[in-house]
Amino acid sequence: MAKQLETICITTGPVEVGDYVTLNIGPIHPAMHGTLRVITKTDGETIVSAKPEIGYLHRGVEKLGENLTYSQFLPITDRLNYCSAICNNVAYEMAVEKLLGLQVPPKAQLIRMIMMELARIADHQVCVGILGVDLGALTPFFYLIIQREEIYEIFEWHHGARLTNSMGAIGGVEADLPERFHEKWPKLRDTIRKANDETDKLLTHNRIWMDRTIGVNAFCADDALNWGFTGPMLRACGVKRDLRKEEPYLMYDEVNFEIPTGKHGDVFDRYMVRMLEMEESVKIIDQAYALYKELPEDAPLMKKVPKIIKPPEGQIYHAIESPNGELGFFIKSDGSDKPYRIKIRPPCYMVYQAFEDLVKGEMISDLIACLSSLNVIAGELDR
Amino acid sequence: MADWQIDLIKVVFIWVWALLIAVVMTWVERRASAMMQDRLGPNRAGPFGLLQPLADGIKLFTKEDIIPERARKILFILGPPLFALPAFSAYAVVPFGDKIVLGGKEIILQVSDVNIGFLYVLALGAIGVYGMVIGGWASNSKYSILGGLRATAQLISYEVPMGLALLTIVLLYGTFSLREIVLQQQGTFLGFLPNWGFFKQPLGFIIFMVAAYAEANRVPFDLPECESELVTGYHTEYGSMRLGLYLFGEYVNMGTLAAITVSLFFGGWGLPYVDMSRFLGPVSYGIASFFVFFLKQAFFLFLFVWVRWTVPRFRYDQLMGLGWKALIPLGLINLFITALLVQLTT
Repeated sequence: MAKQLETICITTGPVEVGDYVTLNIGPIHPAMHGTLRVITKTDGETIVSAKPEIGYLHRGVEKLGENLTYSQFLPITDRLNYCSAICNNVAYEMAVEKLLGLQVPPKAQLIRMIMMELARIADHQVCVGILGVDLGALTPFFYLIIQREEIYEIFEWHHGARLTNSMGAIGGVEADLPERFHEKWPKLRDTIRKANDETDKLLTHNRIWMDRTIGVNAFCADDALNWGFTGPMLRACGVKRDLRKEEPYLMYDEVNFEIPTGKHGDVFDRYMVRMLEMEESVKIIDQAYALYKELPEDAPLMKKVPKIIKPPEGQIYHAIESPNGELGFFIKSDGSDKPYRIKIRPPCYMVYQAFEDLVKGEMISDLIACLSSLNVIAGELDR
Repeated sequence: MADWQIDLIKVVFIWVWALLIAVVMTWVERRASAMMQDRLGPNRAGPFGLLQPLADGIKLFTKEDIIPERARKILFILGPPLFALPAFSAYAVVPFGDKIVLGGKEIILQVSDVNIGFLYVLALGAIGVYGMVIGGWASNSKYSILGGLRATAQLISYEVPMGLALLTIVLLYGTFSLREIVLQQQGTFLGFLPNWGFFKQPLGFIIFMVAAYAEANRVPFDLPECESELVTGYHTEYGSMRLGLYLFGEYVNMGTLAAITVSLFFGGWGLPYVDMSRFLGPVSYGIASFFVFFLKQAFFLFLFVWVRWTVPRFRYDQLMGLGWKALIPLGLINLFITALLVQLTT
């Protein structure tokens, strides 16, 4: 603090005023999604500085990985981005498979794709819904969350869990698409679209919504790249980068989809990018499902892997496009049954670094809007 | 019956009625929002969950009453009643029906026909906001102070356009008495339009409605208690029935504002095109006029709920911008035009 702080007595206790008021937002605060904490200095309602403090949900995930076998680590990855646990699972499985030099059977690849895109829709639904809640529009949240429940239903049929999925295994997936999926999907596709449509009608062209989001913490593409932004945040700034197109994995090169981009990187663009991506995901699932249908029913789901996986010595980095951006796993193996080191590159971490830059000079309400539009997930951030 | 007895009955009636509306509104709010959001809402307590407000009340009454150590105690206690009571008091001048003849005695369905009824309502509305401000400041919490600060700013910004919108009504009807205003709104003008304030003052009505939403502290103007930014704003530190009074006061306030809206802009108890007193007996006419008034009020109460679950919330500076840059100039222009027209036509 540059100047000496004076204190005045507002009621009985001293409240710091001096130049600015320090306002501590989080880790326990209704608008903080997870245990995030921001220490802000405000001049009236304008934010002068906002220092994010992280680590409230640090569980030592990476260190845990060093003491667990490759298969045992899989359930831990659920607890990274718990809004789309499947993407974490698949990212980890694929990293290990890459280390082993395994090629997963096509049917497993397609099931993974379908499940991942469903998870992406669920994740975006939560993000958009929460953004609405934080800006005072509660209703769209319910329209979206009801659809998310339906998606979770599919997850439950497939691998038994709704939130912490632990889907698949190293070498493929354990189960075929559930019987009920074939009936469910055409209906679900329509209801997802309908919910998105209703949200769009309630929010996108609403004058208050536009005032609250357009131009709010706009970010330019250069800065975004310098900070290491990925995913919807980067695409909202106008950079057309999506790992599904840039470095296609699974069978993403066999399906057609667009990469929606924004222009100004403001809250509105992030919202729009997420809304449009949901539609693209629906298209991807449709195409992947069509490809899946072409495969024979008894096509293999798993590649044969030994009970105890012992990858050869070496190190690998593999990243996928998770709903929040590039989710990478770095694994160094020393040839034993446990990884020597696991390093996770969560997309949130890079985005959250820039938080102060994003919100400086904006108002307290914008800080909340910014935070929910970034979709910072504490589990992924702190690991 | 002596006059004072009649007055007492009217006071008790309007008090119970205001209370009942507020209680039922908490239920309507939750059920209607549930309906809009594909949910069920509270449906366990009593038929359709109608006893839910009662259950909530019992819960709030039996909760531990906590006063923060560093709060300014007297002001902290003073805040909630200061917020809730003026809302009740404003009902005193609301004409909730025309008149009823009981035992050869003509009773006007209004607690008191004050000749400055108008100013009384405005003044009480302004006092209610002090309840928020004082509560916010006395809590000695930063979130509460911010909430109180916002409430202050909102009060100043929206009392002015509200006053301007109401002045046009005064110009139009030439009286401050609410009953007089309602009486003048019966019948039609231009041959077909009901003689309502709404048709004569559409712009004034819009300005008044926006200001009323700000006054009632509802979405999109619920900044003082904005739950996503300021936890719950000015009543963050409150608990038990003190919190209950704040929450309850909001609904009473809504009821008052809806009643004022109906009286000023929608012809109060009167039905358009139909003169009920012609074919109804003196007693049934009194009751019918009350029900007409109630239905109109219910519509505006539901509008409050409807809007709340539809739109997002303004930002602090946008709220001020709307108040000062849009509503006040519009109000002034509207006032000028109305004054000119009134001058030219009379």
